[in-house]
Amino acid sequence: MPDSSLTSIPLPFGLAPLAVAPALLWGLGGVLVVLTLGAIAAAALPRLFPHKDFANLRQRTNSWWVMVALLSAALVLGWQATTVLFCVISFVALREFLPLAPMRREDRFVILAAYLAVLLNYAFVAADQYGIYLVFIPVYCFMAAPFLMAGIGQTKGFLSTAATINWALMSCVYSIGYVAFLMRTPASEPLPAGPAGLVFLLLAATEANDVAQYVWGKLFGRHKITPRVSPNKTWEGFLGGWITTAALIWFVGPHFAPLEGAGRAWIAATLPLAGFAGDVTMSAIKRDIGVKDTSALIPGHGGMLDRADSLTFTAPLYFHLLAFFSLKAF
Amino acid sequence: MATLRLIAIMFVLQPLARIFTGADVIGREKLPRKGPAIVAANHNSHVDTLLLLTIFPPATMRRLRPAAAADYFLRGPAISWFSRNILGIVPVARDKAGTGEDVLAPARTALLGGDIILIFPEGTRGDASDEMARLKSGVARLAEACPEAPVIPVWLEGAGRVLPKGAHVPVPMNCTVLVGDPIRWRGDRSGFMDRLRDSLLELRAKAPPQRWRTT
Repeated sequence: MPDSSLTSIPLPFGLAPLAVAPALLWGLGGVLVVLTLGAIAAAALPRLFPHKDFANLRQRTNSWWVMVALLSAALVLGWQATTVLFCVISFVALREFLPLAPMRREDRFVILAAYLAVLLNYAFVAADQYGIYLVFIPVYCFMAAPFLMAGIGQTKGFLSTAATINWALMSCVYSIGYVAFLMRTPASEPLPAGPAGLVFLLLAATEANDVAQYVWGKLFGRHKITPRVSPNKTWEGFLGGWITTAALIWFVGPHFAPLEGAGRAWIAATLPLAGFAGDVTMSAIKRDIGVKDTSALIPGHGGMLDRADSLTFTAPLYFHLLAFFSLKAF
Repeated sequence: MATLRLIAIMFVLQPLARIFTGADVIGREKLPRKGPAIVAANHNSHVDTLLLLTIFPPATMRRLRPAAAADYFLRGPAISWFSRNILGIVPVARDKAGTGEDVLAPARTALLGGDIILIFPEGTRGDASDEMARLKSGVARLAEACPEAPVIPVWLEGAGRVLPKGAHVPVPMNCTVLVGDPIRWRGDRSGFMDRLRDSLLELRAKAPPQRWRTT
């Protein structure tokens, strides 16, 4: 894309100005409007219904400001900042997950090795090595972690521990890493809002799906959809969220990502399903472990994995569909 | 020196605690804001002290005094300097316990002077198993000496895995600090110890399972 179509943001201290696609600025502005409306609602509802407790809604909204600020800053700054941010997100998610999962005393250094895998995974993003990225965790960490465990020598509970490590690396590191890899999409591709536009649409659609499911469920929820795993989820919330998010992707998506024809339909139809699936799958794991939240990191939301559970499923799907239908580089 | 200590806690120890443990606190509002007070916690790792020093608001930090074994924390000039000036310990000469010497005198003086004593009644670091060792009664003697000081039970879950006794390489793993309701001295040492023990076990039951699986 020629530079003339970019809006440039001047920086102080003689730093080179940031070049940002206008659509991305509009998108971020739209998110700010939605957040402001949420904040107004969080302030107004306690006055309208003085006997109900809205502390959680207020905490949730406040936390959204922080999350949106961090993600927007990373997207505007570029692929380097985004890679660092998602490397930290993967580290925090793994640091939440592995201590809760049933690991054995002997596996302490396997856990340390898993953090090393986080660094390497994002090093391949930084080095723009897509081919290696694709196989590093699913193939080579898949083999290396159990071999390391075998070297340590405790064979009791071996298979379930190996499976736990691999699940943790795939969901917390490999899947989430795709978000950062989207930023490495070359400028030769027909991108309406640059690589950051691709990430923006993924994050906005995934989080909008979570929020829409919640709101539709609160308003009209009657019939439980997964009573034994996630009793608060309803068919009404699921379908309402699906339609809302699909419409968002169909109508707004083309401003941020090269969506046309079948690709546009596939992403609109399947991304909300993947978000729902990621959420329910992580709920099953939390229920197995016996916790409601994976930590208390984000006030009102729970832990990193409670917030990013849908993203662990939507990120690879979105990346692969874009790669199949629109992007020549991947 | 107090300012140096505050800077070290806020800008070195606190970030370290967050990176290596996540530092989740459940019941933060129950932490004492001013002394005299006693915080009694289970003990598996040096990370316990790191966590307890960094979860208080800055205004309270300067009042925190970990009760620490003199034979360990006052060995050599460098470690002694760090223990006294950065950690702010009150030394307990545990090797002299039972000799008639008043090993709790420094802790008692600090407590009566309005400090918050951080104490590990198990006496030494455990092996990060699920068991809590027998509690030593020094905490009761401190509470007796200063009955107006509330004793706040704190359960530290998972810290023994970040840096177990004997390990040299810390491994980042989320930990949880669970703060209980304050216990008051009511004039009876064994009753006090029972209440403290029950309260700690109750907190442990509420902790997320950040512990090794038993094979």
